[in-house]
Amino acid sequence: MHIVYPAVVSALLFSVGVYGVLARRNTILVLMSVELMLNAVNLNLVAFDVWLGDRLHSGQVLTLFIIVIAAAEVGLGLAIVLALYRNRRTVDIDQLRDLSEPGTPDDPADPPLRRPDAPVAAGDSIAPADPPAAQDPATTPDPVRTAEPAAEPAAETSGQAGHGRGDEQPAKRGGAL
Amino acid sequence: MTEAVPSYLSPTGQEIVFLLLGAVAVGSALLVVTTRQLVHAALWLVVSFGALAGGYLVLTAEFVAWVQVLIYVGAVVVLLLFGIMLTRAPIGRSADLDSGNRWVAAVVAVATAAVLVTMVIDGFRTAYTPLRPGAGAAKELGTSVFSTWVLPFEALSVLLLAALIGAIVLSRTDIPGGSPPEQTGGP
Repeated sequence: MHIVYPAVVSALLFSVGVYGVLARRNTILVLMSVELMLNAVNLNLVAFDVWLGDRLHSGQVLTLFIIVIAAAEVGLGLAIVLALYRNRRTVDIDQLRDLSEPGTPDDPADPPLRRPDAPVAAGDSIAPADPPAAQDPATTPDPVRTAEPAAEPAAETSGQAGHGRGDEQPAKRGGAL
Repeated sequence: MTEAVPSYLSPTGQEIVFLLLGAVAVGSALLVVTTRQLVHAALWLVVSFGALAGGYLVLTAEFVAWVQVLIYVGAVVVLLLFGIMLTRAPIGRSADLDSGNRWVAAVVAVATAAVLVTMVIDGFRTAYTPLRPGAGAAKELGTSVFSTWVLPFEALSVLLLAALIGAIVLSRTDIPGGSPPEQTGGP
């Protein structure tokens, strides 16, 4: 058996897997493409183990290990995908852009909270409109706060003041410019 | 190992069978990454893995071939099908399975294939080995695993246990401390 044949087949399989990882949008299809790439590596390992006639069978043993690791990887990957689907109702990779840079083009998930267009209306008209938007995440720990009603107004005002100051800082800078 | 390389123009029966199986594997892999139906992708994956298992058999790696059939075809594909069902993916044809950068991806994949195939053909043109049956039997591999490779084997079993526990923890919803359930709408 010429070793070139399995090597070429595994190279083609790996390229197909590369295409699948880069071109697919569904997360499960990306997992399938990763499996294709792992199988290409396995074929290479088996072929070179047969060629070298390794007495320790390191190539085939490593193939078995890779199969086990691939099984673990698929289990964990699918658990992550299911958690993602529970939280987001989608497994579309193009829509999962929470970790992208803010301000990147074609970013639909960019939150309009920190838009730098605040300096244009830097005065008093927009600045009071911003704190409610910025306060939305701060309202979620409300059940915690109701446990101590005496400290509630102080905490709320301080939080509001902090948010207001945080939002006004770029506004002031813009005004100075 | 490298003495008296037979000609490429007179392939043996083993090589012909392996090339046919390799063509089936690569073709069904192409269908996996290009088909428009999710379930069909998983089923073509079965064909690809089965053809690869046949290739392992031709390469005298019997034990690896049966493990491939058991774990990949039997477990991994079923797991992927479960994932498809549980995410309520559309069963019929869906038009948006491909991302917008598929042409860039195709260029990258073709470049990868060109580089790898050129390099492999250039490097291993003279590599030839006669196939010796029984080299990859379960007895030989078991002796090797349990004499030389015991420590990685045990470490792998711990890793598999950790992965399974992690998968259970990730997929359970009644564990406190996770994400609050009112975020299902998503921002």
